[in-house]
Amino acid sequence: MGSKSKNEQGMTLIVKTITRLTVGLILLYGIYILSHGHVSPGGGFAGGVIIALSFIHLMLAYGKEVALKRLPKGVTSFFESMGAIIFLSIALLGFTGGYFFLNFISKGEPFRLFSAGIIPILNIAISLKVGAGLFAIFVALVLLKLFPPEDD
Amino acid sequence: MIQAVNIVPLFVVVALGGAFIVSLLGKRIKAFPDIMGSLTTFVLFGLSLLAIRLVNVYDVLVYSVGAWKPPIGIAMVIDGFTSFMLVTVNLVAFLIAVYSISYMRQFTSKWKFYTLFLLMVAGMNGVVITGDIFNLFVFLEIASVASYALVAFGTERHELEAAFKYAVMGTVGSLFVLIGIVFLYGYTSTLNMADMAMVFAQKPTSNLVLLVSVLFLMGFGLKAALVPFHAWLPDAHPSAPAPISAMLSGVLIKSLGVYALCRIFYNVIGLHHNLSGILMFLGTLSMVIGVFLAIGQWDFKRLLAYHSISQIGYVILGIGLGTPLGILGGLFHLFNHSIFKSLLFLNSGAVEYATGTRDLQKMGGLKERMPVTAGTNLIASMSIAGIPPFNGFWSKLIIIVAAVQAGFYGHAFWAVLASIMTLASFMKVTKYAFFGRLKDKLNNVKEVPFSMKLSMIVLACICVAGGVLFFSAINQAFLQKASGVLSGGLSYASEVLSALQQ
Repeated sequence: MGSKSKNEQGMTLIVKTITRLTVGLILLYGIYILSHGHVSPGGGFAGGVIIALSFIHLMLAYGKEVALKRLPKGVTSFFESMGAIIFLSIALLGFTGGYFFLNFISKGEPFRLFSAGIIPILNIAISLKVGAGLFAIFVALVLLKLFPPEDD
Repeated sequence: MIQAVNIVPLFVVVALGGAFIVSLLGKRIKAFPDIMGSLTTFVLFGLSLLAIRLVNVYDVLVYSVGAWKPPIGIAMVIDGFTSFMLVTVNLVAFLIAVYSISYMRQFTSKWKFYTLFLLMVAGMNGVVITGDIFNLFVFLEIASVASYALVAFGTERHELEAAFKYAVMGTVGSLFVLIGIVFLYGYTSTLNMADMAMVFAQKPTSNLVLLVSVLFLMGFGLKAALVPFHAWLPDAHPSAPAPISAMLSGVLIKSLGVYALCRIFYNVIGLHHNLSGILMFLGTLSMVIGVFLAIGQWDFKRLLAYHSISQIGYVILGIGLGTPLGILGGLFHLFNHSIFKSLLFLNSGAVEYATGTRDLQKMGGLKERMPVTAGTNLIASMSIAGIPPFNGFWSKLIIIVAAVQAGFYGHAFWAVLASIMTLASFMKVTKYAFFGRLKDKLNNVKEVPFSMKLSMIVLACICVAGGVLFFSAINQAFLQKASGVLSGGLSYASEVLSALQQ
């Protein structure tokens, strides 16, 4: 299909308008699921998936250039590695209390947003890893080009 | 709690940390992935030697992750068998990381290779070290998924095809394992392996255990490439880059397949004599079919891949015998195979690096141009064929003697026959690749770079020393402890639970 101007990329005006209205809500909902992971159903994985979906939504409606400008590939892979490293460092910090993965922050009052010690922080790390990973997989599938078959 | 127990989680932490630091910084700093890959695996190797020492002092080390006491929390266990596997995995991983410094220059994005490589090492160390059966599945998947990606690393057409086949079959295998774990959890309502063994000892035998045994046999048998489940291996091993072929054949099929199979059947479920018969039958079948398929191959790496199936057959035959001598022989062969098969795959990589071909018919006379590769290949070939005094001879001898002692003359006969066939097929390799007249096309071939030579020479030295070491005190600390855990059977549970009380 090749050369299209920027306005023609992606889907129709109706889809683009709806996307513009909803994409922020989806992102916000993802952050909500993620930050309440320790007090209600959900958590880092589900939140990360929803956050990734908001960017994938953008890519479906507006085409890959717009979405990749918001979240370039390098940034995605950086976030993915950072998520893993944060998770591992928090687990290692447990050694300050004598055990790997020890919940060393005060647990607070149950059912409050700021409670449960290291679990919300681990949720954030997981969501970074899962969200960035899922988006990277989608980008890889979109950017893959079909080369003509070579001679064996 | 003993202070020394704190090294237990490090086997997973160091490898995982290394992997993600490489993926974060490796793209920007040129030499960083090489340094980090070798350094991480070297630290892991050092730690695993320390683990051997600790096991000799304390027997069993149990770590409760996050201070949650097992069976509720996740336990990590180091006993004789674990420390044996850790040394095997990390020794081979370190030497392969050194080899990869030069070899992987042919490929782009080295940092991706090292990230996946270290993830695979983390997964294998995790499988070996965990005392929790679901945790075992998680680490099994980490190692498997990393290996699917590594098989496809060259991204040529046949590599992608092999990786896809491997991924599909590997996932089916993992699924069998998962279903088995689900049934076990439903039956015993615990996931901790020691606790599970306790529950099994109290409950009457049930048909469910038979079903679970079959599921595990299929799942782990597929990871170990036992014969009816071996179809992925001859495609996956030749397609991967040579260091990864060495890793897959040397340690992956052993830690994910043989180790997990033995740990669950010997220490958790308890070995039934029917099961022992099935293991020995599958072992003999793999041994014979693998070597018959290997002898006709002209692709160097494919030939080696079929020999992996055959040699895994020896390991399973030895361990399946269930006698202390048989288990000792099986485990000794496991260690020896991981050394000489890694060396053979590294040799094939060196030949491919220098000449650009894997076809034995296009080679010839390479010993004049590549003396180090030819020499180490000769040592490895003699080891795998079981020629004294190399390490392969002793372990095969013990397995055959154990089979004869247990009264399985048929199995012993097939083991001798497979060994002779192995000798024949490696004579073919040596003759076509390294001896004979140098082909004109190969006049400009040069010996491979230093880092590749170094790890090949070290592996060859271990091949020679392996036979000698068998008679020394190292054997007591290293092998006897490992085979003691397996022949101890269900006493694993009480040992782990009593170590927890300390």
